[in-house]
Amino acid sequence: MFYICLNFINYGDVSLDKIIYLDNSSTTKPCQGAVREINRCLTENWGNPSSLHLMGFAAETEMTNARIAVSKALRCREDEIFFTSGGTEANNIAILGAVSAGKRRGNRIVTTAIEHPSVLNVFEKLKNDGFEVVYLHPDENGTIPDSELENAINKDTILVSMMLVNNEVGSILPVEKISSLIKKVDSPALIHCDAVQGFGKLPIDVKKLGVQMLTLSGHKIHGPKGVGVLFKAKGVNLRESVFGGGQEKGLRSGTEGMPAICGLLGAVNDLPDITKSLAYITELNAYARNVLLSTGLVKINSPENALPYILNISVSGYKSETLLHFLESKNIFVSSGSACSKGVKSYVLREMGINDKEIDSSLRISFCRNNTKEEIDILANELKNAAKILKRA
Amino acid sequence: MKEIILVKNGELTLKGLNRFTFEDALVTNIKRHLKAFGDIKIQKAQSTMYIEPLSEDFPFEDALTRVGTIFGIAAYSRCCVVEKDFDKILETAPIYLAETMKSIKTFKVEAKRSDKQFPLKSPEICREVGGKLLQAFPHLRVDVHNPDEVITVEIRDYAAYIRAGQLHGAGGLPVGTAGKSAILISGGIDSPVAAWTMAKRGLSLDAIHFASPPYTSPRAEMKVRTLLSKVARYCGTIKLGIVPFTEIQQEIGEKCPEEYFTLIMRRMMMRISERLARKQNCLALITGESLGQVASQTLPAIAVTDSVCNMPVFRPLIGMDKEEIISISRKIDTFETSILPYEDCCTVFTPKHPKTRPTEEQCAAAESALDIEALVEKAVSDTEFSYIN
Repeated sequence: MFYICLNFINYGDVSLDKIIYLDNSSTTKPCQGAVREINRCLTENWGNPSSLHLMGFAAETEMTNARIAVSKALRCREDEIFFTSGGTEANNIAILGAVSAGKRRGNRIVTTAIEHPSVLNVFEKLKNDGFEVVYLHPDENGTIPDSELENAINKDTILVSMMLVNNEVGSILPVEKISSLIKKVDSPALIHCDAVQGFGKLPIDVKKLGVQMLTLSGHKIHGPKGVGVLFKAKGVNLRESVFGGGQEKGLRSGTEGMPAICGLLGAVNDLPDITKSLAYITELNAYARNVLLSTGLVKINSPENALPYILNISVSGYKSETLLHFLESKNIFVSSGSACSKGVKSYVLREMGINDKEIDSSLRISFCRNNTKEEIDILANELKNAAKILKRA
Repeated sequence: MKEIILVKNGELTLKGLNRFTFEDALVTNIKRHLKAFGDIKIQKAQSTMYIEPLSEDFPFEDALTRVGTIFGIAAYSRCCVVEKDFDKILETAPIYLAETMKSIKTFKVEAKRSDKQFPLKSPEICREVGGKLLQAFPHLRVDVHNPDEVITVEIRDYAAYIRAGQLHGAGGLPVGTAGKSAILISGGIDSPVAAWTMAKRGLSLDAIHFASPPYTSPRAEMKVRTLLSKVARYCGTIKLGIVPFTEIQQEIGEKCPEEYFTLIMRRMMMRISERLARKQNCLALITGESLGQVASQTLPAIAVTDSVCNMPVFRPLIGMDKEEIISISRKIDTFETSILPYEDCCTVFTPKHPKTRPTEEQCAAAESALDIEALVEKAVSDTEFSYIN
């Protein structure tokens, strides 16, 4: 058989301690707390939380600790926290479960045109199943105007799913406005919010947001991959779609992924003060906008009022993929807005009315608390070098 | 019960005095392909080879799949070896064939008697063995026109062989008997198919890939390695040379008229490839071009890329449609890898309006600003080699 052994360190001049990682909306480096808890789970507390004996009880206690930590962060009850294998699974369980349980009350489901594929593709499936799907379209700032929202919700609506923060441009969506609109038209709709890009970055209070379901992911907050969370308000009925041992109150059967859940606990415990971090990243983002704009090469695609953790730019005349690989050769890691010439163009940028040429040259820079202004200076310099060396597309 | 794999040689049987060279190459190739499955003994007789496993736990099914990838084999089957005693044959057939017979409804028996000393004639063998099977499996019927399975009894020099069915081999000639050529591989659908097609005619392969970082990515290079490893299942180890091509593409981008970008790029590739090929003792180049598929594959365009190269260039796909090429790529399991969406060097500087009817004079003029010899020599000397299994 054919195995590939790619030695990361040997690839070009990449060395782990020198990299400038600006792709934190794809994934983040696991923090010390997460690594410590995962290690503890795998070496000491490795029981199955369903076992009746002491090893099982110890594992169950660990999971309860994780549940409490997450519930505190969301200001909800701990029995409203359900662990999943990640954001995608949580989104699927929430949307499919809510629609399946509520289909007798109505046939219309509402979402936005700029959701993550793990929401959009579930809606596409439901559309094929015969539901009336309404897609809310954003304005040029990547957020949903009030009028769009008002027109979409009626008595027949059973679910509205809206992300808190868009993953490509960082725009913040008006999730907290939905619940009053639903009451106004006396609709039975439930509200689901994909908060994967907002958790740990914006203060989240599920009651203030007015949502019944909310999705989180572990690896976007310096936790491990393979764990997500679904918040489901008490009293809300979701129909399960995976059957098995009945773990997580039947919503997500299967032995819990304990190492990842423990890692999530470590990451949540290590989360710094949200307001302070936000202030730091806001300053970093403003600095980045300034420095990048002063190169004369860059157009900013993220709106002014976006969450500052994400900065989407276009480097007009150069292909995203080429720029990405050029920066990679300088130990700088960013994400390309659109996959590549053969891939699909970013539907988010297109929805915002950005032209194809700029979409083809878009890059997503995403920060975390460990990034510095020096790193941004280096990024700006290397973009200038790229413009000198690379051929314009 | 002793089992073997019986192999029918392909067209190499038609060779005259050279036949033994081809047969020896096939034996070597079979040994190489089956090495991982345990020790085997190979016997040659007439236009047939007998692969006899020397270990008890020989994985027959895996080995049969592998035999299906060996060029030079027309057909092959798994069969049971019996002493040339008709009572023994009658006794063994129902036992050996039990699994097969239980899962079918109709059958027929064919006999091949290459040992003419054997007392029974072919029709008699068929009748007797058929009767015995009907007796042992009363649910069966004989259908001589459209049977679910054909049971074959072969009486050969040293033994008799019983088998159900027969598989089509990969055909062609044993790899290595035709010498060595170099395939220019980009990572698309066509080049692996071209490589496979020429390996089928007995060529062993080297490969040449042009990489243009940062316009192309490490994933694109990995994709080429994966594709070659799939072709190597058929043709054995491939020596891959990766040519650093960024500088040349940038020079072309700066110094040449845009409509000639792709043509000049192809001409540079041919020059570099020829030089690399000669160094590796390859006598020809192979490309995946198909006439008219893209602007650089029109007849005038192929003429001007060919003209800079002084060795034969094989283009086995030249007369094929994309659909035909895709169906082969699915067969040899390269399709799914080929359609992974990474930039390759051919898509980097694509002109908006490429020249489709170039002439030699125009191309020579368009590339006159390049120091061709220096660029080619540098690319050749900076090429890095590795082996793909």
